[in-house]
Amino acid sequence: MTGSHDEIALEIDCRGQRCPMPVIELARRLDDVPVGGVLAVASDDAAAGADVPAWCRMRGQEFVGQDVADDGVPLFLVRRLA
Amino acid sequence: MTNASGGAYLDAASSEPLHPAAREVLLSALEAGYADPRRLHRPARTARLLLDNAREATADALGVRPDEVTFTRSGTDAVHRGLLGLLTGRARTGSLLLHSAVEHSAVIHAGEWHAGRGGQAVSVPVDALGRLSPDAASAAVVSSPSPVAAMAVQAANHEVGTIQPVTAIASSVGEVPLFVDACASMGRVPLPDGWAVAAGSAHKWGGPAGIGVLLVRKGTRWRNPFPGDDRIDERTTGFEDVPGALAAAAALQAMVAERTTLNPRQHALIDRIRTAVARDIPDVDVVGDPDDRLPHLLTFSCLYVDGEALVHELDRLGFAVASGSACTASTLTPSHVLAAMGALTHGNVRVALSRDATAEQVSAFLGALPDVVARIRGTVGR
Repeated sequence: MTGSHDEIALEIDCRGQRCPMPVIELARRLDDVPVGGVLAVASDDAAAGADVPAWCRMRGQEFVGQDVADDGVPLFLVRRLA
Repeated sequence: MTNASGGAYLDAASSEPLHPAAREVLLSALEAGYADPRRLHRPARTARLLLDNAREATADALGVRPDEVTFTRSGTDAVHRGLLGLLTGRARTGSLLLHSAVEHSAVIHAGEWHAGRGGQAVSVPVDALGRLSPDAASAAVVSSPSPVAAMAVQAANHEVGTIQPVTAIASSVGEVPLFVDACASMGRVPLPDGWAVAAGSAHKWGGPAGIGVLLVRKGTRWRNPFPGDDRIDERTTGFEDVPGALAAAAALQAMVAERTTLNPRQHALIDRIRTAVARDIPDVDVVGDPDDRLPHLLTFSCLYVDGEALVHELDRLGFAVASGSACTASTLTPSHVLAAMGALTHGNVRVALSRDATAEQVSAFLGALPDVVARIRGTVGR
């Protein structure tokens, strides 16, 4: 997948949280990055891989792709469009 | 089916209540069909006659030949025997199984079993409606690095209702035989042409649990993947459930006879739910093909909602629904069907109407749902 650690404006730690909590946190915190900025959701929840892109589609934000945090936990990258 | 407290049973895609026609037949067949149908005495001949009747009635209802019909222990058993037997019969050609990404777990598990024994199982992506296109099916065969032994594609999806273009897929993949899991649709909609082997499940059309139907098209090379037996039908094993098979056949005949009136009624009720859910619930992902679908079921996912809480809260109000959300699944992984479609997996509800579901029950459900969703969202501040 795509995405480099350099462009991440904010990373939120959702390790250990079960669905739908990571997506709720994503929705809460996206306003903390400027429009055009990228928020990274660190989540080991099995549903996040499907639900973060689905959230972006439903809420008109951009799913940039998936990366991996230093501890191996998936990072889901979302660009704030509005 | 009305629950004691009001509400409604809205999980017919998991299991349809026993059809009244099946109940009568089951009770009388339990009296008459107890003997070993292989023996030569009179009670045995009676049991054999009942079993043959069940086979003929099932074949007639499905538009197939009686010698293409095998009764199995369940729909899952029919899937396993059917798919693995097809792969065994094709072993000289190849060992690669292609299957759509949205197959029932019975197919996926059979594919993993096959892969664990030296074969290969590869998933083919579907579109956002959950549909495998004939072009994608054909491209998967053409680009396959090794010869394709079989392709598995369901007749209709069990979670989202989307009908698969089985006949067009069969044409597009040429010589590759199709295994068609018809468990979700059998009896409800006609069996599509194009299958080499197919499977159905009686309790999903109002027959008793514990009866599956395996269909092997005449001329298809099928070989038993499991130990054989010396029963009437070489494709299955164990003592025949004669009363169950006869009751399953009676329910199937009844559903086929009723569907010209039942399907339009259910289709319209589901349209109503679809429209109301999209209109009355903010941030909802309504999933599956709106038109070319099974008549009786609808799936949708509510953003920021815990699927388990949603199922429990609806149950408290008397509404029985299924969910594909991870927290409601025994595996703690979200529905692979929803994930393959790019649909939201949390806050998921599948509504499936039984044959006696009423417009009043649908109204009651639609009246209750928005408050339930709002209440659960309120607990997490959304």
